[in-house]
Amino acid sequence: MHPIQNKLTMSKFSLKINGKTLEVDVDDSTPMLWVLRDHLNLVGTKYGCGIAQCGACTVHLGDNAIRSCQLPVSSVGDQEITTIEGLSENGDHPVQKAWLEIDVPQCGYCQAGQIMSATALLKRNPSPSDEEIETAMNGNICRCGTYVRIKKAIKMAVSETQNA
Amino acid sequence: MTHIKTKLGRRAFIKNTSLAGGGLVLGFSWLNSCKPKGADAVAMELEMPKEWYEINGYLKIGDNGVVTIMSPNPEIGQNVRTSMPMIVADELEVDWKNVVVEQAPLNTNLYSWQVAGGSRSISSSWQNLRMAGATARQMLKNAAAQAWQVPAGEITAIAGVLSHEASGNFAGYGEMASAAASLEVPEEIELKEIADFSIIGTSRKNVDGKKIVTGQPLFGLDVQREGMLIASLVHPPAFGMKLKSFDAESAKQMPGIHDIFSIKLYDEDYKKNTFHFTAFNELIAVVGESTWQVFQAKKALNIEWENASDITETVTMFGNDMEVNFPAGMEDSETHTTKLKELVTSKGKVTRKDGDPETAFKNAAKIIERSYSCPFLAHNTMEPMNFFAHVTEDHAELLGPTQTPEWMEPAVSEVLGLPLESIDIQMTRQGGGFGRRLYGHFMVETALISKKMKAPVKLVYSREDDMTQGIYRPAYYATYRAALDADNKLIAFHVKGGGIPESPVFANRFPAGAIDNYLAEDFTLNSNITTGAFRAPRSNFIAGAEQSFLDELAEEMGKDPIDFRLELLKRAQENPVGEKESNDYDAARYAGVLELVKEKANWGQSEAGVHRGVSAYFCHDSYVAQVLDMVLENNKPVVQKVTAAIDCGIVVNPDAASNLSEGGAIDGIGHAMYSGLTFKDGAPEQNNFDRYRLIRHSEAPKSIETHFVKNDIDPTGMGEPPFPPVMGALANALYKATGRRHYHQPFITDKPPLVG
Repeated sequence: MHPIQNKLTMSKFSLKINGKTLEVDVDDSTPMLWVLRDHLNLVGTKYGCGIAQCGACTVHLGDNAIRSCQLPVSSVGDQEITTIEGLSENGDHPVQKAWLEIDVPQCGYCQAGQIMSATALLKRNPSPSDEEIETAMNGNICRCGTYVRIKKAIKMAVSETQNA
Repeated sequence: MTHIKTKLGRRAFIKNTSLAGGGLVLGFSWLNSCKPKGADAVAMELEMPKEWYEINGYLKIGDNGVVTIMSPNPEIGQNVRTSMPMIVADELEVDWKNVVVEQAPLNTNLYSWQVAGGSRSISSSWQNLRMAGATARQMLKNAAAQAWQVPAGEITAIAGVLSHEASGNFAGYGEMASAAASLEVPEEIELKEIADFSIIGTSRKNVDGKKIVTGQPLFGLDVQREGMLIASLVHPPAFGMKLKSFDAESAKQMPGIHDIFSIKLYDEDYKKNTFHFTAFNELIAVVGESTWQVFQAKKALNIEWENASDITETVTMFGNDMEVNFPAGMEDSETHTTKLKELVTSKGKVTRKDGDPETAFKNAAKIIERSYSCPFLAHNTMEPMNFFAHVTEDHAELLGPTQTPEWMEPAVSEVLGLPLESIDIQMTRQGGGFGRRLYGHFMVETALISKKMKAPVKLVYSREDDMTQGIYRPAYYATYRAALDADNKLIAFHVKGGGIPESPVFANRFPAGAIDNYLAEDFTLNSNITTGAFRAPRSNFIAGAEQSFLDELAEEMGKDPIDFRLELLKRAQENPVGEKESNDYDAARYAGVLELVKEKANWGQSEAGVHRGVSAYFCHDSYVAQVLDMVLENNKPVVQKVTAAIDCGIVVNPDAASNLSEGGAIDGIGHAMYSGLTFKDGAPEQNNFDRYRLIRHSEAPKSIETHFVKNDIDPTGMGEPPFPPVMGALANALYKATGRRHYHQPFITDKPPLVG
């Protein structure tokens, strides 16, 4: 540990992440993105832009999809955070299964963020229209251009869930 | 059966690698874990063997029949980590369910062309991958033949099982692996008939799929190591500037910061290859404990910059020397456009001339002339540049996303003063490449920082660093002219194209060879803004320009745009202008994709409110034709559908190839329509996705359909070819929808406004 670190604005936070309570000792202003990635080794949440424009860092705060790069650790309090690692026990959330079935990814880097946006959408709207899907997903950039497959996978997850 | 000599890739068949401890050790165990490190099981639940037997550099077989196949090339989203092992597995005759894929490290003794570039991963390794699998199959048969005392020729190998019908013997590969590993590599082996392929040509899912959708560590930025520090760099705010001095005292006091210092990449006398390029040879490195702390400390630096001087240096490109000039000064986009417009009307460099174009233009009844342009583009891989390095006094370990490990290794060796054999480079999965990671200055930077810190270091570029650091797609400008006679026949064609700093014109590509009087010319404009390969270099502009011009020409001549192209291609096929070899393309295959797309898109059948554009292009040895259907919704153009026809030879993994076709179409529409990087006083005016626009969900085509030409030609490029032509199809559909031609990318900012 660097000696200077002890005398600056570090605070202890107790965070509810993926159903567990995890402790971190970080600067108050640290965005959740970096708390997850650098301090908790939950690297499924990705860094893409740092200004909430690309969606790669999407996690759930409660039931809502939010950009973790714009969420300071000090503002989380006791709200529950779910990351891609905690979305399902065995990677078997209907959206994850649909993603595999459609074989959506190319490079794969943005896909965790896409999945987190899609799952939040389906939670509040189990049967979205094409337009509603586009609106909900518009904040998630896929540089490889897998948009058509993403939409297909979301629709597959909808129909799997409805038929289940 | 095709018999081939195994000699071709002999060095790939060194059985006793250093991993095995040298000598005559034939099989070896992975001591630290029963699962090979970094292995990505196709079926995650696959039980790992107790013992692995390395048959050759591409594969090892476990005592339980599980096979590990090495994927030699960088995975940037083109899916080679699945498709390359598929080729080995097919020749090996193993059930894909029993295959584990492992990313190979850089190993120039075992593999060739460990590069993600030129869409060549599959085509350059096609023979080697097949041979690796087929050789191992033969060695397993030979081992069984010895064990059963029967002729090897009577043994069959199907789905990982060896059997000898007459004697009733059979055994799994796992049972024979140990014996096979001890045999001589056969001098000659048989490759499978194409018709007998059972994995190649069938769709197999991404081997990393499960890890991707569950957020497991895969990418360079995900690398974590004990004692690892985070580093980030500060580079000059504008091209044409360099570091003068800096004061880091207060930044060094910030929490978590370990050190701040400047690094210099290359000495002046070091002869670079073109992949070593960097705009900024001297940078400030901030090193600390976490990314956020390091990013914050960068903002607290007091830095003085100064003007850089004109630089001319000799670099090598694939063994050839060339001189490159980076002029001094701060440039801007407005001046660039003015200069390019001047150059296009000045004397150019003739790169091809057929017939007598000057006279034909002089005698023309009508001349059609149109100019096209596109801006610089940043690659914007979703995963920004980064790398991991752990440099000690006598060794350097590097790990991360690079498209050119082999070509960067000498640069790392040079700056560290370590021999090549002391440098190990491994590749992670990469969050996009698009050409950006061909230029691995970030590897050199990380190595230097790790050396200085005497610690393992991960270098992280912020998005802003990534977008403003250079190596852009060049800005291009081209003027097309066509001469028509009194009967409205095309009698001459002229293309003159240039760019900053290279011309986009391929003088010998279509329509060269199809028109009697033809002239191609180049011009260039030097700049200190660094550029490099961007998915389908040069084609990524010229295809759209050319295909838009041909569309306008067809209309002027009163011809259907597909029929017009087919007529030209017929001429090129039957009676080509110039030597046949001088034309880069195969006119029959070119026509083939146009005919296929015509049929599949029901070209000629019009639907009310649907506006269609067509385009076809050849690059990276493949042929792609696309029909784009556009509708206007609330006066806004919406791409309803793209239908693509592709001839890339044998398609290894059809669904994955379709994915690339879809991505190429979306990428092309996105960049032609929305993206651009502009400059003022040497600085990019866009540095993040708030101002740099990339295509989003709502702007993507509603559906994309891909059809492959079926043939037995060895595979050709697939990553790049679907990207360039769609820009022409888009422009042509836009014209149909809006009544206006669009010549200047991005079309969204082209004047007059897109719609209205």
